[in-house]
Amino acid sequence: MEIFLQQVVSGLATGGIYGSLALALVMIYQATDVVNYAQGEMAMFSTYLAWTMINAGLPYWAAFVATLAIAFVGGLVIERVVIRPVENAPILTIVIVCIGLLVILNSLAGWIYSYIQKPFPSPFPETPIVIGTVVFGAHDLGAIGVTLVVLVFLYVFFRYTMLGLAMRAAAQNPSSSRLCGIRVGWMLAVGWGLAALVGAVAGMMVAPIVFLDPNMMGGILIYAFASATLGGFTSPGGAVLGGLIVGVVENLVGTYVRFIGTELKLTVALTMILVVLVVKPSGLFGRAVVHRV
Amino acid sequence: MALLEVEGLEAQYGWTKVLHGIRFEVEDGGITTILGANGAGKTTTLRAVCGMVRTAGEIRFDGRRLAGRATEDIVRLGIAHVPEGRGTFMQLTVEENLRLGAYARREKGALAGALTRVYDYFPVLGERRRQIAGSLSGGEQQMLAVGRALMLRPRLLLLDEPSLGLAPLVVREIFRIVRAINREERVGVLLVEQNAATALDLADHAYLLETGRVVMSGPSADLRRDDAIRRAYLGY
Ligand SMILES: Nc1ncnc2c1ncn2[C@@H]1O[C@H](COP(=O)(O)OP(=O)(O)O)[C@@H](O)[C@H]1O
Ligand SMILES: [Mg+2]
Repeated sequence: MEIFLQQVVSGLATGGIYGSLALALVMIYQATDVVNYAQGEMAMFSTYLAWTMINAGLPYWAAFVATLAIAFVGGLVIERVVIRPVENAPILTIVIVCIGLLVILNSLAGWIYSYIQKPFPSPFPETPIVIGTVVFGAHDLGAIGVTLVVLVFLYVFFRYTMLGLAMRAAAQNPSSSRLCGIRVGWMLAVGWGLAALVGAVAGMMVAPIVFLDPNMMGGILIYAFASATLGGFTSPGGAVLGGLIVGVVENLVGTYVRFIGTELKLTVALTMILVVLVVKPSGLFGRAVVHRV
Repeated sequence: MALLEVEGLEAQYGWTKVLHGIRFEVEDGGITTILGANGAGKTTTLRAVCGMVRTAGEIRFDGRRLAGRATEDIVRLGIAHVPEGRGTFMQLTVEENLRLGAYARREKGALAGALTRVYDYFPVLGERRRQIAGSLSGGEQQMLAVGRALMLRPRLLLLDEPSLGLAPLVVREIFRIVRAINREERVGVLLVEQNAATALDLADHAYLLETGRVVMSGPSADLRRDDAIRRAYLGY
């Protein structure tokens, strides 16, 4: 029972991280119909910036906040400079641009920081937290907390602020939005900024677990895809919930199904993507959509 | 000086020109209607005013030239456009749709007052304020579209076939409210319609558009008496 609870909690921690990255994917997908394959590398690059600042002596949380700000501006600039020129191009062009961005960010990080793994600090104590007879990793609990704060912040922003409402409107109906005076292009850019910010949080929370290296988000992005597919690419809440489910299932299967262990965990994610795509393509919480191709 | 003055307006989609130099006006506080069959260019005319299509010619609102301005900026001058197909934000609530209508307004406290006013005109929207807009009936969605436009406190209201697909009773109700808005707030109205009888009842001036050209214009009463119009558009 203790092991089960520990695995569930640590699954929720990584699941929250998958869910955050999935949420970043879904936010951009809903607004622009683009699956941003570079989302993971953007998060990785942000994490390196945090690492640089922490190494330069900045306190963790100061570096954390500064990284979020830089990630936000970075995402916004990427949309304006890289995505905007191709926004009306065929979807394949945009996909290729995103993959190009992925490769560039990956090589740039490798060039600046080398491909050698680096430890990345956790802001939470190393001593585990014991509740009753169950031992929880402090970073796991902390990551769950941080993820929750980010999600609540986003929920409040989209639900209760005029800017958040305008962004949802711009994603749903651009021409009607313009007639309301909404600058749709900027809303999309802010969406990219927010997605980059959420991704940066995911990067900084996962780096203490997987170590920092330019390829660290590759696997995580696949989990994020699994989460978004499971929850439905059209449902932000579903993506987060999908992430939590993927995280917990992955951990439990890895613990209780002997032959899977840790090596085959990624296969679990891929299997979940396949099963969902076959059984319910719109995901658990998504709506079926008719699509431009 | 008229509120909206349009002269020599041309518009095109790609290489196809669909408006060939049309001229019309909307008086300050007046109601002008542009009539025409399907495909005549009515929607394009409204889209031209709002900078949503490529145009040539002169469009002046309140003396200011609109050509070359972005739609978002034209809206800020006080032009509210109820587009063809209503432009409802289907997955948002009724009240969220209305709040978006006031997006371009920056005065503090404008929102609450504007909402109350719209709910006064359209009580049914007040009853359904928390409902998802996509769940409204066609008539209610048209009311929502007009309500959303009102949230801007516009000086000019552009209406694109508000009667399309609605029961006569609902059409009468919507037109009654448009008239009330026009009288009580001195909002100029530019209404495009295929439903000539209803539009001529509401408007003081009318223009008849055929394949991108104005072929007849004058006070609504004159057009209503015109034999050609009676036969072609009024059906008696
Ligand atoms: N987006 C578009 N692209 C190309 N042609 C269009 C487009 N919209 C309308 N048209 C053409 O322009 C002409 C005028 O259309 P429209 O202004 O919608 O007429 P109305 O509103 O009077 O029915 C029609 O011949 C129509 O086929
Ligand atoms: Mg039309």
